[in-house]
Amino acid sequence: MAIMSLLAANSEMSFTEIRDMLQMTDGNLSVHLKTLQEAGYVSVAKSYRNRRPLTTPSLTVEGRRAFERYVRLLADIVEQTKKGK
Amino acid sequence: MATDWAAENLQVIRTLMERSAVYRRALAPLMVVAGLGGLVTAAIGWGMERHFVLIWMAACATIQCVCLLLVRRQALGEKEPFWTLPARRVMAAVLPGFCAGFIAGLAYLASSAKPLPGMGGALPPVFLLAVFWLFCHACALHAAGVFMRRGIRLFAWIIFCTAVGAGIFYCWRPARATNVTANLLMGAVFGGLHLLFGVYLYLTEPRMNET
Repeated sequence: MAIMSLLAANSEMSFTEIRDMLQMTDGNLSVHLKTLQEAGYVSVAKSYRNRRPLTTPSLTVEGRRAFERYVRLLADIVEQTKKGK
Repeated sequence: MATDWAAENLQVIRTLMERSAVYRRALAPLMVVAGLGGLVTAAIGWGMERHFVLIWMAACATIQCVCLLLVRRQALGEKEPFWTLPARRVMAAVLPGFCAGFIAGLAYLASSAKPLPGMGGALPPVFLLAVFWLFCHACALHAAGVFMRRGIRLFAWIIFCTAVGAGIFYCWRPARATNVTANLLMGAVFGGLHLLFGVYLYLTEPRMNET
């Protein structure tokens, strides 16, 4: 969810930026990204910057839709309970 | 139970999205420092006609260095990295405007040392340079406002409108657009307006934190 939130707010973030922001290890983040990639929510572009490999994950259209659905669902739960009170 | 969980999740999502995209350092101290610096510079430069450009460029560089140090101090105080993604974005947004102003100042200084051919030794009034600096500053703040909260873009529009007003004043009364008027304009905008905005930010900060 944290990775999806970051990618929803920023169209593109590098692997290291996500890692630093979420204070995760490289391996941990890689595993999470792979899971999201397999679900079709995240696409990963690989390129080079200053002769160093640059991994840039970004949300796919399906990923953005799924994230929006999830946020809407959470908001609906909060809203319905407020109405019930 | 489910509501608490949902509300907590929403809060986490919101916090993460803001942290990654919005510049969150407190702007009030920066604005107050900029305002006080502007007022002091205007006071120093009051009687100095020849060194107007040099004084204001030096003041601008000094104030920006102090602001960067304050931001770094804030970041260290909150045990967060100084050079974050939003910080880089804000820097990239303000740089073109600041560079344009700096280059214009340098060009003015260079042409005052060695007049350009075809200008007959005459320089454009320094008042016009002050107006251009206001435009540059407004553009820089407006661009940075994309990654900031708290009315920065509105503040940029106020400076922009002041610059337009100053431009109209120059067309209307060119004889009155002297170095003293230019100094007054710079002092009012870079000193007075920034100080006022800083005070406004200080006064509204607790309320903003509560939400």
